[in-house]
Amino acid sequence: MTYTQLLQFAGPLLEGLRITLRLTVAGAVLGIICSVLAGLGRKSTFVPIRWIASIYIEVFRGTSALIQLFWFYFALPLLGINLSALMAGVLVLGLNMGAYGAEVVRSSIAAVPKGQEEAATALGFSRMQTLWRIIIPQAILPSLPPFGNLLIELLKNSALASLITLSELTFSAQTLRTDTLETVPIFTIVLIIYFVVAQIIAFGVRSLEHKLAQSRGEVAA
Amino acid sequence: MKQPLFDWQYAKDVMPRLLTGLTVTIEATVLGMLLALALGLFWTICRRSPNRFLAGVVHWIVEFVRSTPLLLQLYFFFYVLPAAGIVLSPLLTGLLALGLHYSSYTTEVYRAGIDAVPKGQWDASTALGFSKSYVWKSIILPQAIPRVLPVLGNYFIAMFKDTPLLSAITVMEMFEQARLVGAEQFRYLEPFTMVGIIFLILSLIASQMVIALEKRYVVRHS
Repeated sequence: MTYTQLLQFAGPLLEGLRITLRLTVAGAVLGIICSVLAGLGRKSTFVPIRWIASIYIEVFRGTSALIQLFWFYFALPLLGINLSALMAGVLVLGLNMGAYGAEVVRSSIAAVPKGQEEAATALGFSRMQTLWRIIIPQAILPSLPPFGNLLIELLKNSALASLITLSELTFSAQTLRTDTLETVPIFTIVLIIYFVVAQIIAFGVRSLEHKLAQSRGEVAA
Repeated sequence: MKQPLFDWQYAKDVMPRLLTGLTVTIEATVLGMLLALALGLFWTICRRSPNRFLAGVVHWIVEFVRSTPLLLQLYFFFYVLPAAGIVLSPLLTGLLALGLHYSSYTTEVYRAGIDAVPKGQWDASTALGFSKSYVWKSIILPQAIPRVLPVLGNYFIAMFKDTPLLSAITVMEMFEQARLVGAEQFRYLEPFTMVGIIFLILSLIASQMVIALEKRYVVRHS
């Protein structure tokens, strides 16, 4: 393998990386929204909402991400819903992360001392105010490390979208492999790219945790 | 003839093929997990080695395996091993990749379990002059493993749900069977839905078993 060949790989791989990052970022935004909705939904006083949240969590945690992806992409059209590969990818990655994130949200909220809620009630805060202004701000810090892990899982799961023909990083690697047969260098480079992106995510989440802890006057671990 | 929205007859007809695939799925999960358990333990022991270089190298291997996609690791094994002269069946290749990938998780679990063993146990073993292998086998692991069994159980379920990825390297597990039937009949809704339901039922049963494990071991030990 020559240096020029390596340069030839750069174009398609960078294009693949761009789509992988798009999938990951869009999936993460949807995933965080779903986590909060389902995590709070599970504690709702309104029974049907609690049911919907539980069913959503069990279904997405109990089935495989790949099956969900194929179901959204190949089976939904039979019910009259057509999604692009990118849309199906973002939806499944986000919904899947949300089902795991709901548990993180629930346990982070449960970790806030009970006295905070009692004090807020005593001071005349409404239920909603207590939740959004007292409880959630304190639940964010402990939820950061597990959310960081979920983000890395999301990045890894985004490779599955290559199987529904979305031309993200893994798909580009497969295409390049069939074109050039340079299997080892291509897959090694792509593995390293995923590794680096995962390390950047981990570093970003750690810095955020540190900054948040400092701004609250708590010493970061 | 107008086809119904969800064709129950078709769904029933695909079941035998899905169940044939299910045996492969279960085989892959059980053997993959055994490999992950053994390899994870090996990583853990290496990471506690007094040899700083060995501990460092193993730490980064584990970090690398954990932060790259399983699918890509499957491809890597599937295409690279034969090129290196190692010809394995797709199922065996898949098992190796699954086992390696999940060993990066099980090693963390073992580590947490071992960290929870009181330090005095190591000191006492040293004071009593036990050999290194005896200390691991008879003192530390019997105390460390029971309390992490539920977590290991959760990874077993996670691995079970990752087995459909083996279809990408042509292993005839349950999801691959569903894909093949769907392609033959030009209709994916029923096979994919049935596979999803089978996974859901089995994972729910397995989660209940993990909860039972938790009650039995974690409560008693803490």
